[in-house]
Amino acid sequence: MGLEYVKISPGFERYMPRDYVDLVKMGQFGRQVDVMDLGQFKELVEDHPMCAGCYMAYFIRIFYASLPNPEDTIVLGTAGCARLALSQAAVPFIYGNYGDTNAVASGLKRALTIRFPDKHKDVVVIAGDGGLMDIGFGMTMHSWFRREKFTTIMVDNEVYGNTGGQESGMSPKGVQLKMAPKGKQFDKINAVELAKVAGCVYVAKLSPTNPKRIAKVIRRAILAARHFGPTFIHAYTSCNIEYSIPTREVLADARNREKKDFKFYEWMTDEVKEYFEEMEKKEVKA
Amino acid sequence: MMVEQKVVDPDYLILEAPRERKFITGSQAFAEAIKRANVDIAIAYPITPQSETMHLVGDLWAQGYVKDYYRAEEEYGAMSAIAGAVRGGARAFSATSGPGLLRGLEAIVSWPGHRIPAVLGVMTRVVNAPLSIQPDNVEIAYLLHSGLIVLHAENQQDVFDFTLAGFPISEKVDVYLPVVVATEGFFVTHAKGYVELPPEDMKLPPRDPYKAPVPPTDCEIPPARIQRDAPVQKSNFMSYLIHAVWQQEVWSANERARKWIKHYLGGLIEVVNPKAEVFIVASGCAAAQGREAQRYAEMEGLNVGLVKIKSIRPFPAQELREILKDAKAIIVPEHNIVGWLCKEVKAVIPNGDRVVEGPRVYGGMTLPVELIMDEIYRVLGIKKAKKTLV
Repeated sequence: MGLEYVKISPGFERYMPRDYVDLVKMGQFGRQVDVMDLGQFKELVEDHPMCAGCYMAYFIRIFYASLPNPEDTIVLGTAGCARLALSQAAVPFIYGNYGDTNAVASGLKRALTIRFPDKHKDVVVIAGDGGLMDIGFGMTMHSWFRREKFTTIMVDNEVYGNTGGQESGMSPKGVQLKMAPKGKQFDKINAVELAKVAGCVYVAKLSPTNPKRIAKVIRRAILAARHFGPTFIHAYTSCNIEYSIPTREVLADARNREKKDFKFYEWMTDEVKEYFEEMEKKEVKA
Repeated sequence: MMVEQKVVDPDYLILEAPRERKFITGSQAFAEAIKRANVDIAIAYPITPQSETMHLVGDLWAQGYVKDYYRAEEEYGAMSAIAGAVRGGARAFSATSGPGLLRGLEAIVSWPGHRIPAVLGVMTRVVNAPLSIQPDNVEIAYLLHSGLIVLHAENQQDVFDFTLAGFPISEKVDVYLPVVVATEGFFVTHAKGYVELPPEDMKLPPRDPYKAPVPPTDCEIPPARIQRDAPVQKSNFMSYLIHAVWQQEVWSANERARKWIKHYLGGLIEVVNPKAEVFIVASGCAAAQGREAQRYAEMEGLNVGLVKIKSIRPFPAQELREILKDAKAIIVPEHNIVGWLCKEVKAVIPNGDRVVEGPRVYGGMTLPVELIMDEIYRVLGIKKAKKTLV
């Protein structure tokens, strides 16, 4: 465990920023928090510059509260909205070049495995639909083909939000966006089926309406990646700006999409299923 | 299969250990350096003429000299994964050629700013259409403005020495930048030359990622909140400022590499006949041809010297100003059409009209010594009825 590195050296507590002291004393390091207790502990991410009503910001907040091992987790991101919050969390974050997340994560995970063969160092990519399914598509797919042991989370807002609202491969067919002035001409990419075919051992698709379920899925994806191979979560995180969703209707929109094309879906290999069953049995006993 | 290796001091391995002469190709010379460099991970992607080097490095992984190795999806993926591995604290190596270099370039030119100490082999090849696999070296020009350290190897011996020394130079705390070891494809990679090799039962100490100006991203050092790769996303003012100071530091680090290049490679330049009237200034394979031309000229009683430039970045500006101060003419033979080395030389010396623009060959063709001799005769006012060597 890398817990030692977050602790404050004796005698230095009074010199450390209050924010940091709170993180160590009342944060998530070294313990598993319940996502339903949000607001009752010091969270790994608090300040962020994302838009009011951004559902991606909400998802990222739940993501950080769900980490099984935050003191030994590294998050990777790329250009897009998500990194605005990711880069301000109390978890090491790597921001490389455009769409390179799954290649950088491959090298990183292998280096950590060479250097710390007896420790779990969780590597998690959180990138958008553009980063993973357009510009970084080849690297995303090949990291799965190679069975790299890290988690990929696609925060899908169905648009290039950060560059001003252009069509992405994940935008639904027919939607009129910048660079799609006549409406998008082809269907949303089926990322979940691609992930299964490419070799992911755990795949989930969700609309973030149920925080307990999001937390469970994130935890499962990270634990399965540790032991078995690549894992993938496809999360709908609407862009209320580019899709003109009034802030008060963002949750209703997520529920609406959950009834349509973002019905909760979870798939895993038999091996992974067995592992979770064993683990959950032990947890019940404990 | 693998020879038991003991860790020795880099100075001993590179400068003092007894050496044995072998007759090997440039690709083998790269691999011999990697064998002794204690490399954690090597990432490969095929392209002619580089592929053979990474085949041999793959064999080193199979034998146990390199801890991890894989064939990547393409060069952008390979170079990005190198960045990930190095951030994670590993020592990493890759190699590429021409179009592969340009495909990986977005990642490669970000390495200095991301402070990624690694070694990259570049075996030159035509990059522009019409397609060819021949060793034009115009691609080196694309590497000169990003903060990378760029060494240009003349022959198989340089390939070995520059690659092995590249790791300690790259990882010095006051440098911490990637080192490119460029050489001409085929002429060096696929041809054999004599290489003096230190014993294969010795290797460099492992990389110590904590001896660094920027921390590795491995969750093993305080504090919890690490922002190593700050996307410059604050106000415009902060954005200018952060980028500016960071890049200033990258280029200062590039300058600080000089002393280590001098230490391990005996200087940024090599000079033959320092009191010459006319100098050939060249790097890589052109320096080998320049060396021959200098030898012929000497045999003809002409006062011609050679300056071989080993380090293109940092560039030996002061050294060139000093050695060329009394030169009547400076001939810069090159393996490319743009004359990037000629421009570099002209930019750092007074009276640039002394510089002869060429001879240049391109498309990867060979550079006959006669072309350099023609320029020597021309600048010295020698008229030859029939051009014969010696």
